[in-house]
Amino acid sequence: MSNMVQAIRMALHVAEERHGVTDIFGEDVGPPLGGAFTATQGLKTAWNSPLDERGIVGASIGLGLAGCRNVAEIQFCDYAFNAIDLLKLGGMIHWSSNGDWNCPMTIMTPVGSGIRGSIYHSHSFDATATHIPGYKIAIPSTPKDAYGLLLSCVVDPNPCFFLVPKALMRVRAQPGEEIPGEPGDDKALSKLIDAPLGERSQWKPQWPDTPDLFIPFGEARTVRPGRDLTVVSYGRTLPLCARAAEELSREEIEAEVIDLRSLHPYDWERIAESVRRTGRALFVNEDTEITNFGEHLLRRTVEELFYELIAPPRLLAGAHVPGIGLADSLEMASVPQLPSITEAIRSLARIEP
Amino acid sequence: MSTSLRPVLSPPETELSPELLRKLHELMVKGRLLEERLMQMYRQGDGYFWIGGPGEEAFNVPLGLLIEKGRGPQYDYCHFHYRQSATLLAMGADPIDSLRMMKNTATDPYTGGRNFSGHYSIREWNVVPISSPIEVQYAMAPGTAIAQKRIAGGRGITIVTGGDAGTAEGDFASCLIWSSRPANPLPVLILVTNNKWGISTHWQGQHGEKRISDRGKAFGIESKTIDGNDPEICYRELRGAMEYVRSERRPFLMEAIVSRLYGHSSASGANRVNDEADCLQGFEHRLEERGLLTRAQIEELRARFAAELQEAHRKVRQEPMPEGRTIFDHVFSDRDLVRERP
Ligand SMILES: Cc1ncc(C[n+]2csc(CCOP(=O)(O)OP(=O)(O)O)c2C)c(N)n1
Repeated sequence: MSNMVQAIRMALHVAEERHGVTDIFGEDVGPPLGGAFTATQGLKTAWNSPLDERGIVGASIGLGLAGCRNVAEIQFCDYAFNAIDLLKLGGMIHWSSNGDWNCPMTIMTPVGSGIRGSIYHSHSFDATATHIPGYKIAIPSTPKDAYGLLLSCVVDPNPCFFLVPKALMRVRAQPGEEIPGEPGDDKALSKLIDAPLGERSQWKPQWPDTPDLFIPFGEARTVRPGRDLTVVSYGRTLPLCARAAEELSREEIEAEVIDLRSLHPYDWERIAESVRRTGRALFVNEDTEITNFGEHLLRRTVEELFYELIAPPRLLAGAHVPGIGLADSLEMASVPQLPSITEAIRSLARIEP
Repeated sequence: MSTSLRPVLSPPETELSPELLRKLHELMVKGRLLEERLMQMYRQGDGYFWIGGPGEEAFNVPLGLLIEKGRGPQYDYCHFHYRQSATLLAMGADPIDSLRMMKNTATDPYTGGRNFSGHYSIREWNVVPISSPIEVQYAMAPGTAIAQKRIAGGRGITIVTGGDAGTAEGDFASCLIWSSRPANPLPVLILVTNNKWGISTHWQGQHGEKRISDRGKAFGIESKTIDGNDPEICYRELRGAMEYVRSERRPFLMEAIVSRLYGHSSASGANRVNDEADCLQGFEHRLEERGLLTRAQIEELRARFAAELQEAHRKVRQEPMPEGRTIFDHVFSDRDLVRERP
């Protein structure tokens, strides 16, 4: 069963074979490395760009304008900040031309903490991405979602962000969550599509026959049903929320956990339906808490569901500090972890009106 | 003035035909009068902001005439900046549409009243949306050129233009780097119109290299600085450089020294300056000397265009403004996801 990186690779293979993707590029994206996280190994349209994030985003827009579906990687989202105005430009091509031009492009970038990446390999990008209109934004938490969301990105006529939680890249799919057509055996899959270590110039992957699978934007997934409260999360913190909910069911707290998967458009209907039932809402992500996407969801919850709430809705997010420090204790204190999530769910569930 | 590194296809020394010279002149007059009308509209309150290219017509008109216009990578991609109304006119744009953009009417075919004057966008002609952030077009240009380079036997090229001060932005360096990599040199005509000014900062406060075109040297890019006030030189040099980029599928960097006749924009008053060469006056003297045009013919031409533009202005004044509720239109090209919010 694939991990997320392998799922991304398989999706990109399908994208270049069947969906007209002409360019998959970025720093160290092409051979021999195939990406800092190996997500682009063995792909026939993958190439190495100069070490120039502004150039990468600019080229991605240019290719999109020329009608070339492309996936441009920013090696770490921490290095996308010098390209914000170009990212904004991509998001306004269609609008500023009053609907004349469109620009298919996917910006793929690893996000978040969890690999002890210290200050400059741990930033989140969801608050920034959701602040740039004109993009569809996907952030998977499982290999299968990564596969299906990435395919939705590449066929979309608009700019898309595909945010890859670094902490989940090597996590394997749960049983029942496999991508159709992939070998069930990890070793068998690795033999087919992982480049050998060292000399690999003659290596060619053997791609399993995986299907077109499009997970639509704006469709969240209920990971776990529950009657007591609604937990909305995505990316690295999502599996932690699911685990916390699992553990808390022993205390007779039944939390419903929703994986948003797509941040724009986002599945407000699913959130609202759930919160109407439970009357309690917790939003969890790891971006810095001030002007955070979870705050937006919380604001809508208050504005639109106020009279159906039993307890004040809550946001659990990253501390508003400039970066995430390297030491384990610093990272643990900076972004939500299993204990803080568990405690947040527990305390919200126990508030009595 | 040439600082060509190695001999490139030198443009033929042949004279341009009288017909072509008259055409260049006519378009330069049209371009100048259009800018004057746009400034007048600004002064009369028929627009919030003016920026344009009076003083750059000798360069912009030949450029427009030489572009292979059309849609898609077989044709030239134009990554322009905000001083190129004359290029658009030479490509065949209707001047009244520039007035519509100035007045931000709903009928503005380029942006529907969304963007400033001079910020053209025409997909049919591969004119990508001109945007205000300085130099970003130089970062996008390699993208369209990569697509063009892939077409076997393709002749389409990517053309990118901007000012001199903006070359301090990293995007200019990005363009030089991306277009000259030995692994994949790109068919980009990299143009810089050097009017010697940022907004108010003279070039001596901007950069130290003697010629901006010298920056091409380090990358092995064919480079040249030309007199951008002489339309004959511009036509020949642009034709030569374009032919090189079209056939060799490699970049060319050209810097044209131009004038800025009305300051930076309406923000600095848009007043006529008297200490800069006027390319149109110079060209008219030459055409008169050569007996290709008479003063009377020139005056007649001016009067005709001025009247047409005045009439167009009157018409545009009556046209509707965009409605506020249209702000959500075209956020996405498939579905309007913002508006669909319950
Ligand atoms: C990135 C960016 N910074 C600043 C500005 C404000 N600005 C507009 S025009 C300009 C000067 C540009 O000078 P130059 O590149 O020489 O072009 P010119 O206008 O002289 O043709 C400045 C600073 C801007 N539009 N974009």
